[in-house]
Amino acid sequence: MDLIFEKSRTGRTASDIPSVDVPSIPLEGLIDEELLRKDVDLPEVSELDLVRHFTELSRRNFGVDLGFYPLGSCTMKYNPKINEEAARLPGFTELHPYAPASFTQGNLELMYELRLMLCELFGMADFTLQPAAGAQGELTGIMICKKYFEKKGEKRTRILIPDAAHGTNPASGALCGFETVTIPSNGEGGVDIAALREAMTEAVAGLMLTNPNTLGFFEKNIGEVARIVHDRGGLLYCDGANANAFLGRTRPGDIGFDLIQLNLHKTFSTPHGCGGPGSGPVGVREDLARFLPVPRVIRDQDRYRFSEDYPDTIGRVKAFYGNFNVMVKAYTYLKLLGGEGLKRTSDMAVLNANYIKARLSPYYDLAYDRMCMHECVFSGSRQVRSHEVHTLDIAKRLLDYGFHPPTIYFPMIVPEAIMIEPTETESKETLDAFCEAMIAIAREAEENPAQVRGAPCTTPVRRLDEVLAARKPNVSWPGEK
Amino acid sequence: MDYTPHTPDDIATMLQTIGVASLDELFSDIPEAYRLKNLPDLPAPLSEQEGWRHMVHLAAQNTLPAMTLMGAGAYHHYIPAVVGHIVGRSEFYTAYTPYQAEISQGILQAIYEYQTMIARLTGMPVANASMYDGASAMAEGAVLAGKTLNRDRILIARSVHPEYRRVVATYCAANGYTLLEIPYSATGRLDTAALAQAIDGQAAAVCIQSPNFFGIIEDLRDIEPVAHATGAFLISGFTEATSLGLLKPAGELGADIVCGEGQGFGNPMNYGGPFLGIFAATEKLLRKIPGRLSGMTVDLDGKRGFVLTLQAREQHIRREKATSNICTNEALCALAASVHLVSLGKNLRKLAELNVHKARYLKGKLSALADWDLPFTAPVYNEFVLSCPDPEKVNAAWQEAGIVGGYTLEKDYPERKNDLLLCATEMLGRADIDRAVAIAAEVR
Repeated sequence: MDLIFEKSRTGRTASDIPSVDVPSIPLEGLIDEELLRKDVDLPEVSELDLVRHFTELSRRNFGVDLGFYPLGSCTMKYNPKINEEAARLPGFTELHPYAPASFTQGNLELMYELRLMLCELFGMADFTLQPAAGAQGELTGIMICKKYFEKKGEKRTRILIPDAAHGTNPASGALCGFETVTIPSNGEGGVDIAALREAMTEAVAGLMLTNPNTLGFFEKNIGEVARIVHDRGGLLYCDGANANAFLGRTRPGDIGFDLIQLNLHKTFSTPHGCGGPGSGPVGVREDLARFLPVPRVIRDQDRYRFSEDYPDTIGRVKAFYGNFNVMVKAYTYLKLLGGEGLKRTSDMAVLNANYIKARLSPYYDLAYDRMCMHECVFSGSRQVRSHEVHTLDIAKRLLDYGFHPPTIYFPMIVPEAIMIEPTETESKETLDAFCEAMIAIAREAEENPAQVRGAPCTTPVRRLDEVLAARKPNVSWPGEK
Repeated sequence: MDYTPHTPDDIATMLQTIGVASLDELFSDIPEAYRLKNLPDLPAPLSEQEGWRHMVHLAAQNTLPAMTLMGAGAYHHYIPAVVGHIVGRSEFYTAYTPYQAEISQGILQAIYEYQTMIARLTGMPVANASMYDGASAMAEGAVLAGKTLNRDRILIARSVHPEYRRVVATYCAANGYTLLEIPYSATGRLDTAALAQAIDGQAAAVCIQSPNFFGIIEDLRDIEPVAHATGAFLISGFTEATSLGLLKPAGELGADIVCGEGQGFGNPMNYGGPFLGIFAATEKLLRKIPGRLSGMTVDLDGKRGFVLTLQAREQHIRREKATSNICTNEALCALAASVHLVSLGKNLRKLAELNVHKARYLKGKLSALADWDLPFTAPVYNEFVLSCPDPEKVNAAWQEAGIVGGYTLEKDYPERKNDLLLCATEMLGRADIDRAVAIAAEVR
């Protein structure tokens, strides 16, 4: 389909600007002409052109509302519509971040209460809501670790990260100037305790552990892991991206995690919006709260206000207070579900993942054959060995069956990984249909591998040349030649 | 409310297929000692109807302002009706990052178009798919400069938004960079003599903002040669995106990185977020810039299509060697910005001009009041600084009338005791402005 620029016709417009109702003089008299732009080179289309263009684009996009989206580690659950409606209330959208506190008591109360609910749910002493996304939450958490040791007068330069971790973990550690040390997994997909013990020296600030990890396993030896880290004075950081697995079942704070970052856009049903906005709150144990970013919402009697009065804070990671409108959605969700609903959420998420695991294990190799939490990881190795059909081919073939593929080639420690996270909002019928498709593809891989390798064939475009895109980058339309 | 579809029969059948007797058994990997015995102590769940009532009530605890005279990094603009309708399409808002290109052509093309429009507006060859906000975009720009040039000093104008300076400071501290503030001159523009004195071979970047925090349009023609004399990057930021419709692009004036806040395009103030960070750079930084990029390519049949490209920069491939840790960005906000920009087209210039006229009118009226003055002389866009006998008192009077007043500069600039930063956008009619001025005139 054409680009919006190709649809542009000189003289068309989709907007009108109110006329100037105040006295005015020509701009050239106000601003040096050399500092003014000559032309605004934006497309010229009618409003109907605009609406058709973006509506057509939306039809070439796949969201949770269209079908099953078992993208591992992304928690693509249903996004309740009431959240969206609540977030559109003008009381929430129309306020300036510097509006006086007397104008914003509702917003402040919401942030205050959301913080308390997260503290209770995760067993942490305090939370900041400032980080804009999970990765920024991680960064905030690592900055807090850094500051904690600085204040203690200790120089710790390394951070331990299991090989199953999300790529953001080592990248966040590196962005804070830490050397990242990889801890291998053991034979059943958990942390290799001996390797951890050896690596955990007094030069190590802590361990960043995704729990459950990216294989979908809860760290069985978590008590031992926490002891090893704490015995050497380190901090135990929980990447909470997979928190949808244990709500109401356990609390990271009780286990011994000192910090955790959450992804409200995963666990608490705020939509992903094609890759944002998210929200990445960070929770900490009591003695780390003084390092949290400022400002923080406090309550004076029955009034709420911001306070900057935290001299040990790491500072700010974002302008203003975080992605407030995303918080509104997560807050609404928490209010509607309550403790019971959240526990059922995790129960059904784990049930769904184990069901898929059980149904598909005769047809695909399991990375590790044990009970999983909210997601299960297969390997496409069998299909590669016998039929030269790769995980990428299987994923692309799923498109023809109308499903969004699972996460593929991650975690990296599993060859040809297929990582499936069904989430709790999917019915048994949907899971069955997905499993039937996966089984059919396994059969196709045997009987007609070319068909799988040639997939997809029902999508608006076929497989795209990524090498060309990277070798000769075209990231901006140069205009008609 | 319960969004799970499982009937008791479903649960029983599924447990049987799995081969366990109960849901509890599925959680047996959690050590006994850490299993919760009781439900978390959260407020009792609400039905959707009760929840809606609660949210309406909570929103009503806020006061919807009669008008907003505050800018300072968040701007009140009219958002055309089409924007909400397009970003409200759930094909967009319920999708993830477009990893599967074949079923994500919609957002990938939309991002490509966004990148193109941002590149054109900033005068840079490349723009990414967005960052968290203007502040983190500037911070990532500074880190990019430090890493690319292998230098460890960042110079930042004191006239950059105070919160942006703090975010840049946080990122610099994490990287072991020193941050040095460059003062402003009597005109309100950057003090280029002070910059020339402070800059040296260890300076990785000079970070400025235009319009700056005082609303003043910087003259990049004076700054650029000083920044580049020692090989530092010139990072030119902005907080008010609509100014791009009026001002000569920083890219044409020699900036290496242009970054800023895109909220003014299609996104409500939302009490400070989500916003979107605009990030654009020179061609030679293309393989180093943070964030997602949508690139044009072809499919097996030679048909045009789009993919996330140059992913080798990114954390999920490069891990600790990635150029940034950013993963989730602000894609939906960028889509809103795109729709607004397409809606505006050439009218963006007209909108920007309208902002200038409104601000000039408000500025003229207020500065004519007894004892009100204009401390700076350089030209402004839609924000400006005024000094008056008692800024707090004026704000209180406005507040009383339901008006969000100005930003008192003293909290960030102790030397500017009597100064108020004010903003007027197209949202203020002449009558609104006259009313705000009348209230200020009454303050004694």
